[in-house]
Amino acid sequence: MPAAAAELQALAQDSPLVEALRAGDERAFLGLVGSLHSAMIRFARGFLHSHATAEDVVQDTWAVVLEDIDRFEGRSTLRSWIFAILANLARTRASRDGRAIPLSALEPDQGEPAVDPTEFLPPSHSRWAGHWAKWPEPWPEEQLLSREALAHVRDAIDRLPAGQRAVIQLHDVEGWSSQEVCEALGLSDVNQRVLLHRARSRVRREIARHVERRSR
Amino acid sequence: MSRALPADLDCIVAVEQVTDYLEGVLPLEARTEFEQHLVTCPGCVIYLRQVRAQVAASGKLAEPRPVAEEVTRKLLEMFHASRGG
Repeated sequence: MPAAAAELQALAQDSPLVEALRAGDERAFLGLVGSLHSAMIRFARGFLHSHATAEDVVQDTWAVVLEDIDRFEGRSTLRSWIFAILANLARTRASRDGRAIPLSALEPDQGEPAVDPTEFLPPSHSRWAGHWAKWPEPWPEEQLLSREALAHVRDAIDRLPAGQRAVIQLHDVEGWSSQEVCEALGLSDVNQRVLLHRARSRVRREIARHVERRSR
Repeated sequence: MSRALPADLDCIVAVEQVTDYLEGVLPLEARTEFEQHLVTCPGCVIYLRQVRAQVAASGKLAEPRPVAEEVTRKLLEMFHASRGG
């Protein structure tokens, strides 16, 4: 499976990096910070109100990483280990600030359908109940990669409930394997996929709305 | 009642299977049923294309930004301190 292969490759790449960090190699550390720091802040923002708080929590995370790197056993990838620390610190901080952040699939919109049921023919339809009332409109796919459209995708992701946002960011934006996402967020495979499904469905609805508005 | 064809999947059910399908975790039988549905349903083909395009677009959002100089300096201090330097 390609996902498992990607995971193995990531694990294999980690070990010289971890050795270099332990040995105090400044360039190795700067490389790691450069590749993860901005994604960490974006991730932390999903749990926290302000950018400043997110920056604080990310800095605390680096402190814990440096303190614990000698104990890192390579049972997960380095980045999922780091994001697990970050997720814990961010959630602890959020609950201290009076926001409890559920990470399971048990979010308010659990069970929300992927597509508005009115887009399908009703159960009373004699022949085609449950089929599209009208096919979805194809998207101009190159346009979806325009700056403007990407900003809409970004906004749609940022408006998701915390768990969905965390999963879609790591999986679809950062391109992590499901296994790494599960490791970072402490989710079961099934819960991870439910959150990913809800997140993608919601974002798709937002994009569809945007595309339809533009084509009118 | 005999059926010449297996019952077709309803689109309202198919759209809920799209993530499992793309993640490659639909059991073989369900996967076959899903793919057979696509053969006869242009609406679901369009839907699947939309989701694929969306995932591709999401992947374009990852841009590591340069870390502010003062942050880098602080992190480096922490790094050297932690390495006993």
